[in-house]
Amino acid sequence: MKFLIATLLTALLSFIAGLYLPWWSIAIVSFAVAAIVHQKPWKAFLAGFVGLFLLWGGLAYWIDMKNNHLLSIRVAELMKLGQSSITIILVTAFIGALVAGFAALSGSYLRSSSGK
Amino acid sequence: MRVVPFVISTVVTAGLVFALNKPWGETLPMPAGKFLSPQQGFWQNAEPADQSFDAELNFKNLKGKAEVIFDDRLVPHVFAENDEDLYFIQGYLHAKFRLFQMDLQTKAAAGRASEIAGSRAINFDRGQRRLGMVYAAENALHEMEADPIVLKTVTAYTNGINAYIKTLTTATVPLEYKLLNIQPEVWSNLRSALLLKMMAKMLSSETEHDLANTNSKNIFNTDVFKMIYPEVPDSLVPIIPKGTVFDMPGIVPVKPADADSVYFSKKDTMPARPEVEQDKTNGSNNWVVAGSKTQSGAPILSNDPHLELTLPSIWYEMQLVSPNSNTYGVSLPGSPFVIIGFNDSISWGVTNAQRDVKDYYEIKFKDNTKKEYWFEGEWKKTTLREERIKVKGGADVLDTVAYSVFGPVMFDESFSNGYSQKKNLAVRWVAHDPSNEVIALYKLNRAKNYDEYAEAIKSFSCPGQNFVFASHSGDIAIWQQGKFPARWDMQGQYVMPGYDSSYLWQGFIPQSENPHIKNPVQGFLQSGNQRPVDSTYPYFIPGSYITARGITIYNKLSGMSGITPQDMMKLQFDYFNTLAEDARGIFLKYVKEDALNAEEKKYSDIFKNWDLLASHDSKGQTIYQGWLDSLEREIWTDEITQINPAAYWPEEQTLVELLKKDSAMKFIDNINTPVKETLFDVVTNSFKKASAFLNAKEADGGIEWFKINKPGIYHVSDASKSKLLPFARTNLHVGGYGNIVNAVKGSHGPSWRMIVHMTTPIEAYGVYPGGQSGNPGSKFYDNFVDQWTEGKYNQLWYMREGDKNDAKVKWRMKFSN
Repeated sequence: MKFLIATLLTALLSFIAGLYLPWWSIAIVSFAVAAIVHQKPWKAFLAGFVGLFLLWGGLAYWIDMKNNHLLSIRVAELMKLGQSSITIILVTAFIGALVAGFAALSGSYLRSSSGK
Repeated sequence: MRVVPFVISTVVTAGLVFALNKPWGETLPMPAGKFLSPQQGFWQNAEPADQSFDAELNFKNLKGKAEVIFDDRLVPHVFAENDEDLYFIQGYLHAKFRLFQMDLQTKAAAGRASEIAGSRAINFDRGQRRLGMVYAAENALHEMEADPIVLKTVTAYTNGINAYIKTLTTATVPLEYKLLNIQPEVWSNLRSALLLKMMAKMLSSETEHDLANTNSKNIFNTDVFKMIYPEVPDSLVPIIPKGTVFDMPGIVPVKPADADSVYFSKKDTMPARPEVEQDKTNGSNNWVVAGSKTQSGAPILSNDPHLELTLPSIWYEMQLVSPNSNTYGVSLPGSPFVIIGFNDSISWGVTNAQRDVKDYYEIKFKDNTKKEYWFEGEWKKTTLREERIKVKGGADVLDTVAYSVFGPVMFDESFSNGYSQKKNLAVRWVAHDPSNEVIALYKLNRAKNYDEYAEAIKSFSCPGQNFVFASHSGDIAIWQQGKFPARWDMQGQYVMPGYDSSYLWQGFIPQSENPHIKNPVQGFLQSGNQRPVDSTYPYFIPGSYITARGITIYNKLSGMSGITPQDMMKLQFDYFNTLAEDARGIFLKYVKEDALNAEEKKYSDIFKNWDLLASHDSKGQTIYQGWLDSLEREIWTDEITQINPAAYWPEEQTLVELLKKDSAMKFIDNINTPVKETLFDVVTNSFKKASAFLNAKEADGGIEWFKINKPGIYHVSDASKSKLLPFARTNLHVGGYGNIVNAVKGSHGPSWRMIVHMTTPIEAYGVYPGGQSGNPGSKFYDNFVDQWTEGKYNQLWYMREGDKNDAKVKWRMKFSN
């Protein structure tokens, strides 16, 4: 339950932050959520990772559908990822997820007592 | 808190953020995290296929209400209550759909490309500054802002651009800014002036060959020079029909007394780039047929300006309506007005005049400070202009340019085209002179008849253009308009001495004597960048003329009657190779058939049966052009390379004409061999060499013409034509060449094809190889390209007040204050 809450909260708050703050606000949000909704470090990492993977992946997927893959294919080719929309959506999701995961890990360690 | 793991994971997070927020490299300097963020990065530029462009916008600058109606091709039809609002909205729309290209082009014009591209653009920027591009723009701006109408119009236009720029956020900024990791810059009236000078440079700055010609002078005396670089080609069909009587010249420039010794016979070499491959690609066609030759009885005007083709396109199509004007056509993002188009009463189009309006003078400085130079027997002070070039990712570069009585000293010991000659060369260029092209466009957009058209274009100085004209009332006309120096014979063909005032330009050809004609007996007029007049015109007018297209168009139009707009479309897409018709006779007469091997025979047979069309899949065209290029090298290389840097290459048109006249002309012989070559030898040898080239190409994908000509349209910022290929359209199945009416040559070609039939109501067609949106994430980015490739047109919707609720209306933008 905690995992689900942390994941969804990370995604939701990151989305809101992204409307006003630079892209790296996802790190701050994930850190804060992990610090508040306390979980074991690996679980916190996973919650941050999954939260942003879903958010960035989902947004990119949605935008890409509406755009008929026009731009994603061009940018994927430019970034040497083949002419593949799916690849660049996955890369996008993974990049966001990775940053959020590690930030969440830090947040979790902030709250962990050294004995546990 | 678990300190050690906390520190480690925090360092990793910070490191990731830092790495993803840092530019990658020089080619694609976007920070990956920022670029990939779906909320701020490139995804935000992925425009939904069903994007609505409806909007209600309020700006304090507006005086009244206005409405912009978009049709299904995203062409805006702007209805404003006054001119200022009209041009404010034009600026807003240019910025909304084309901001990046405007920003890039004017930065490049000002010699600021290094701010975007980094240190690799420094030399380009120095060249721009040394040519005096900003100086020229400042002079133009001064003149423009002294004219109250222009000041009002251009300022409104600038305000419109800036109103849009202000709305931009990290997420909504155009894709290219994200890719290059730069920010848009505020617009100013100066930047519109810079855009005009960019066009002046594009169209009137490589039309002279003074440096290479000076090298030619070492090898060829004046008589030979005039033979191999002829003023009037034998086959010329001028713009102004032959037999037209010209006025007595209003100014007769005088050759300096010592010209024979210090100008004509003086031998010297200049830092000129060798020009083996002729690249006179900035051509254009326009023509007009009178009602007597059309099916409807109304004139038809056609225009296709040939420019570097880019995505986004240089053109943006629109209709501009205010109480005193209703103009449709293509505009140039960065400049107000319609540049090529029509209104209720008239239509007009332009081709480049190709006239030489730039000369070089050799300057002697007193010392390295460049503060004084020798002129009229004394040391005269220069004006020094300090240029600071900002370089992305590097230190500023400082450059000092000395200004003389002629203009900026472009070349000196610190800047010499990459050659060892350390000449101080000053540039005298018409584009430096104060002028007001903007008012010409303002008036032309509103002209009602021939007189108003002729009056409007008078102030158009540079780049000189052939303004073709048709009116609803049935008049047709053409003016070659520009400010052209009145030269004594051969003045400015070579670098001139910079210490003697008698070598200065002595004046300009009076505007009324510029080549022009109205309602000619033949019932049509054409221009295709050829010399505008025959040899009876009383001035020496050198230039970088192209002869062949004018002949093709003249021949076709002469034989036509009952013309329809569809006939004109066919002519704009015509592939007939006029020069090849002449050259083929020479090739087939002089090739030694028995000396050819089986492979060569195969090519020769294709060539014999070629239909003389430069179609995209033609093999004959490839063989022909390969053969002619090879023959040019065979004949001229030995002469041209007697001097280093090389002399100027004669035109292919000239070679064919010379050979037609004299099959034993002396240049056929290779002066570096003991034997005396004949035309039989060089034609056969050049064919064998061309065949070897063709063989290699055939093994490497084929010799269909488009595989050699490589038609392609690249992103406007991709000068290398290799770094942004996903934003380009390459491998286009279209034919043509620089001397063919459908003048597609590599990434050059017809940048806008327009046909206007002056009926009631006006019937017009047009297409350009691009799309209305500059956003590579929009379906409107390149949606006209296929049509353009196939020679198809859009019917242009000249909207009336009453059409505002027509079913074809797709979106509406409402503007008010």
